[in-house]
Amino acid sequence: MKVTVDEARCCGAGQCALIAPEVFDQREEDGIVLLLDGAPGSRVHAAVREAASVCQAAAIRVSETS
Amino acid sequence: MPRGARDPLPSGDEARLLTRYEDVRRALSDPRLSREGATGSDAARITDDDSDIFNSPMACTLNAVGHERWRRMLSRWFTAKRVQALRPAMERTADRLLDEMPDHGHPADLVSHLAFPLPVFVICAMLGVPEADRDSFKGWSDTFPSMAKYSRDEVTTAHREFEEYMAALVADKRAAVSAGKAAEGEEDLLSLLITATDAEGRPLSGEALTATGQALLLAGHETTAGFITVMAAHLLSDRRRRQRLLDDRSLARQAVEEMLRFDPSGGFGMIRYVHEDVELGGTVAPRGTTVVCSMSAANRDEDAFDRAAELDVTRSPNPHLAFGAGPHSCLGQALARTEMQAVLDVLLRRLPTLELAVNGAELRQVDGLLTSPPAALPVRW
Repeated sequence: MKVTVDEARCCGAGQCALIAPEVFDQREEDGIVLLLDGAPGSRVHAAVREAASVCQAAAIRVSETS
Repeated sequence: MPRGARDPLPSGDEARLLTRYEDVRRALSDPRLSREGATGSDAARITDDDSDIFNSPMACTLNAVGHERWRRMLSRWFTAKRVQALRPAMERTADRLLDEMPDHGHPADLVSHLAFPLPVFVICAMLGVPEADRDSFKGWSDTFPSMAKYSRDEVTTAHREFEEYMAALVADKRAAVSAGKAAEGEEDLLSLLITATDAEGRPLSGEALTATGQALLLAGHETTAGFITVMAAHLLSDRRRRQRLLDDRSLARQAVEEMLRFDPSGGFGMIRYVHEDVELGGTVAPRGTTVVCSMSAANRDEDAFDRAAELDVTRSPNPHLAFGAGPHSCLGQALARTEMQAVLDVLLRRLPTLELAVNGAELRQVDGLLTSPPAALPVRW
């Protein structure tokens, strides 16, 4: 799984960091998404998919091909 | 309901009511629409006076600060990591409030002894507002939504008193900060905002600080108290739902999201102004249109959610719009979510000693509030 984030789209809602804190965090200065792990392990794949699908700004892209 | 119906508002002005999920999400996040525009002179007004909360002096002051700038200065306080760090204290407070509940008689009201005081405690601690003043700001915030029972004078007085209260508090904090009295690392949000600056090095004005304190205090307690009340009502009124959550406590996070989807606050919706022609609901909404985005309708749109009319605590993913979307989506949403999860965890831990003392159908809504939770939730144990 490959994960990318679009900081320009992000509104800093923080859902991703609540759902998959191993993969997403937020910048201290403005709450915008910070990608911690662009190729996360299978244990967190479900959480990453959920984070991507609830992001109202569609700022998270997940590609399932490795 | 027809897509993008034209509907008169209480003021007599017309707006387009958006009820479909995609239309509401688009209207809230598309830069061709804005909330700022909805306060302009050619935008439709909800009521024919200025007493609604989004036209209050507090909101006007915040609009003048510039939303993006304000939001950037505040966001750091509401990140997932920051609010998760507050969670143990939230759970301890919820536990303590439930411990004290029997002292208030039997049956007890879960709204006045848990759902209301918990978010007040959390936001007061965060802002550095004395918790003991909570009856004052409950009185003011009950008065603000002009939809129902208060006169214009009463609403204006409440706005003035609340502003004076917060201005005095900010002045005290400013004095403490300049005297170097605030202990390093232990300062509250308002104290730190006094010296904080934006990307260009400019601090917030005194008026903006006061309005920020007011907005956060209001948003932090009233809506969250409503969410907690509705969540507790859904939990306690359905035995099968309770059992499902007791059997699998890991569902708590999804359950919170589903309750937010099912019963979002935000009353009849969020207002947006169309700056450029935009397609909404299969037709063009021309420039100058005012739209009302109904999050509650969008959250029950069958095109977006399977069995949308059913409350399913296992629903996932759940991209509901309870906190809006786009640049004005709720700043405190991670805080609200974390408070709800903390309360749900504590309630589940203390079940089955707690149950509703009335029939679920007997619960009554509070008229006129921005949120519309039951007014009371009598419980026994």
